Amino acid sequence: MSVVSMTVNGKPASADVEARTLLVQFIRDELGLTGTHVGCDTSQCGACVVHVDGRAVKSCTMLAAQAEGAEVLTIEGLAKNGELHPVQAAFREHHGLQCGFCTPGMIMTAVDMIRRKPDLDEETVREELDGNICRCTGYHNIVKAILAASQEMR
Amino acid sequence: MSDKASGEGIGQPVRRKEDFRFITGNGHYTDDISRPHQTWTCFLRSPHAHARIKSIDTSAAEAAPGVVAVFTGKHVADDELGGLICGWTVTSKDGTPMKVGPHPILALDTVRYVGDHVAMVVAETLADARAAAELIDVDYEALPATISLATCQDETAAQVHPEAPRNTCFEWELGNKAETEAAFARADRVVKLDLTNNRLIPNAMEPRAAIGEFDKGSGIYTLHTTSQNPHVARLVLSAFVGVAPEHKLRVIAPDVGGGFGSKIFIYAEETACVWAAAKVGRPIKWTGDRSEAFLSDAHGRDHLSHAELALDKDGKFLGLRVKTIANLGAYLSTFSAAVPTYLYGTLLSGQYDLPAIHVEVDGVYTHTAPVDAYRGAGRPEATYLVERMVETAAREIGMDPAELRRRNYIRTFPHQTPVIMNYDAGDYEASLDAAMKAIDYAGFPARKSEAASRGKLRGIGMSSYIEACGLAPSAAVGSLGAGVGLWESAEVRVNPTGNVEVMTGSHSHGQGHETTFAQLVASRLGIPMEQVEIVHGDTDKVQFGMGTYGSRSGAVGMSAIVKALDKIETKAKKIAAHLMEAAVEDIAFENGTFTVRGTDKSLAWAELSLAAYTAHGFPSGEIEPGLKEGAFYDPTNFTFPAGCHICEVEIDPDTGITKIAKFVAVDDFGTVINPLIVEGQVHGGIAQGIGQALLEHGVYDAESGQLVTGSYMDYCMPRADDLPSFTLGFTKTESPSNPLGMKGCGEAGAIASPPAVINAITDALGIRDIEMPATPARVWSALQSAAPRAAAE
Ligand code: FES
Ligand code: FES
Repeated sequence: MSVVSMTVNGKPASADVEARTLLVQFIRDELGLTGTHVGCDTSQCGACVVHVDGRAVKSCTMLAAQAEGAEVLTIEGLAKNGELHPVQAAFREHHGLQCGFCTPGMIMTAVDMIRRKPDLDEETVREELDGNICRCTGYHNIVKAILAASQEMR
Repeated sequence: MSDKASGEGIGQPVRRKEDFRFITGNGHYTDDISRPHQTWTCFLRSPHAHARIKSIDTSAAEAAPGVVAVFTGKHVADDELGGLICGWTVTSKDGTPMKVGPHPILALDTVRYVGDHVAMVVAETLADARAAAELIDVDYEALPATISLATCQDETAAQVHPEAPRNTCFEWELGNKAETEAAFARADRVVKLDLTNNRLIPNAMEPRAAIGEFDKGSGIYTLHTTSQNPHVARLVLSAFVGVAPEHKLRVIAPDVGGGFGSKIFIYAEETACVWAAAKVGRPIKWTGDRSEAFLSDAHGRDHLSHAELALDKDGKFLGLRVKTIANLGAYLSTFSAAVPTYLYGTLLSGQYDLPAIHVEVDGVYTHTAPVDAYRGAGRPEATYLVERMVETAAREIGMDPAELRRRNYIRTFPHQTPVIMNYDAGDYEASLDAAMKAIDYAGFPARKSEAASRGKLRGIGMSSYIEACGLAPSAAVGSLGAGVGLWESAEVRVNPTGNVEVMTGSHSHGQGHETTFAQLVASRLGIPMEQVEIVHGDTDKVQFGMGTYGSRSGAVGMSAIVKALDKIETKAKKIAAHLMEAAVEDIAFENGTFTVRGTDKSLAWAELSLAAYTAHGFPSGEIEPGLKEGAFYDPTNFTFPAGCHICEVEIDPDTGITKIAKFVAVDDFGTVINPLIVEGQVHGGIAQGIGQALLEHGVYDAESGQLVTGSYMDYCMPRADDLPSFTLGFTKTESPSNPLGMKGCGEAGAIASPPAVINAITDALGIRDIEMPATPARVWSALQSAAPRAAAE
């Protein structure tokens, strides 16, 4: 066991965990932030995406220890002062979610996507979503929501 | 009703109430829940498709760090627990009931598929449980396995269950054989096709999970689980498995991350968690990982069929005969017997006036995971068969496929098909016309030649589907072998402050009931939607209900709410009449206000609600205090959503890659409560259908019975860049079978789209058939065999 410390959603967080603890387990089990989901065991689905030092990362693909000292942002920390982030608002407005299970990962991926590529078009959004699986929406409204949010954030 | 007044009424694209918790990470899925002092469990699964268990030694596992208990099939048998059941009995054509092999919760002496449950380890942590499971020593005698659907009925095939010779569970038939043969005898043309409906693995994004608990003081068991129908789970666990009496078992299905059928069924893991919780005296939590989901969630489809269509010289359909072998897997899952029979054979008339149909279905066992309902359940298999046959017939007789469909559409209603169903309303040509217009059907030849100039092959294919939803009139399903009735329940509870809770037996796992049901209630009572709470998924809070599947929650679940609201209005008017000293007949209720006709007397909803509970001066015996009403709604018929989907593909002949260039769906769902949500349902269904047609295939190794496609590395899920945006349209004929005129929309996309895609691909390639999934390898190979013709064009 060893103590791992990081900043999560702006607050210091630390816990004594086994070396093999994944970042997603640290977030869910140690911090109780269950908005980040686990949808697979082969790093394929993207349900677990969070931001580490501002970049989208599959938190099932990284050890908690590798995030030592990092700034981690999860879905719970995205809305600021009770205001939804424009991507969250767009998912709601355009019905970009059904069961909601893939949604936190989709939103965190989308926020990073818009930051990296402010001039998104549909084809780029679809390519960029390659690492996130949604079984409910057929992606139609997710793509629409991301494009709308990127417009608004321009 | 004040439908559109508030912008929240029926037909409005209201943004979903449930979204806030999901977009902020505040949903509560089963794995998000932890109970005090909980333990963790994992299951040891069979590595063999078929083996005899000679012995199991659990001593090392029991002694491992953190282990609380280890259970095997012997413990289950010692406790005299029943096995898992199939709730629908199918009778073979010789009058014998289907042949059912036992389905124990943990295997006793034989394992029958890779992933079958052998032992359960309960430990302080998941890591401890997993490490200990590795220490269990099972002495297996590996046996030959039966995997192939084509040969599983051979005398020499390994037997899955001794109860079912030749691995045949039932040999079922429907329709009129003699009439069908007569139709073929006078046909001018007969079109024949062998068809495969590929095996699919449902893959709801939330894996199954469960927490079992037992309270010693009260003797009450609680099961949190990923279920589409918590009451049905409780009934099966009580009445058949015998885990606990029904009134001592609470089943809670909190937020559920998609189901698509796979979470209807009562599985071994969930059952074991609740049973074992009493034995260890602590809560037991299990969260399946994706690999386990691939192995042990019930799979879908998996048919081999031969079909023949008889036509006269004008292209009028005379008869259809079908022989299907349907894979049931190693055990019968909860609804598995109904899917390839009553949900399949009954839809083989499609949208067509088909005077004679005869279908034979053999339900067979193989050493593979159980196969049961997956989005559409039987109806996609029927639609695939019918629409591939119609398209093939059109090409063989050289008629435009749209024209052939037009010649054969049913045009008058009600229409009795030769296979049980009585279609009550529809306008199939309206959907066809709208879809052809939306895709610019007339412009296709120009697009095809433009694509050819770029070296690409373009094809177009359509699918005129019908499904039977709104499951289902209880008497009808009872006469067909169902062990349950398929009504739905609702209770409307008006609180003294005027806000409203609605307990529904439906369950939402992505469908947006918290919004659509609230729209209905709010518009009827004239109150804002935020004053309506939809309560579902907890057997302690909600009266018995049948749950959500078969696109039934609107047509059946909402109809129950309508009935309860009718009773609320009747009682509220009585109270209003008393309070305003008027006759009940003179009370009007509109926009949340009670008035006495012809006077200026009025009473607001909130005032009336409070008065219902203060009950001062109610004439005793005439008006009871309170305002709460319940209703059970049993539909009078199935509903029949129908429509036309058209797909246009472009194929790169060098790589065999198929791109969906355009996809148009025009659907008739009857009354639509919330178009935003309905469109979302169609999108998701189409994506799953395109997945079936192009990408997805559950494959077992033919010899070893190992699941070859056991992860997202091998099972190809549709991703955003595999799909286009879809063009949707709607036509409307109201269903006469329920008070709202709704038909259901949850499965249409998955039912309609696969034949549209395959019809488009075979059109592009100029070939008769291609097996699903039409992967680039298959398309490329087909092109190589068809090369002389393609080169000549
Ligand atoms: S859980 Fe991380 S990619 Fe699936
Ligand atoms: S909304 Fe259910 S998986 Fe995406």
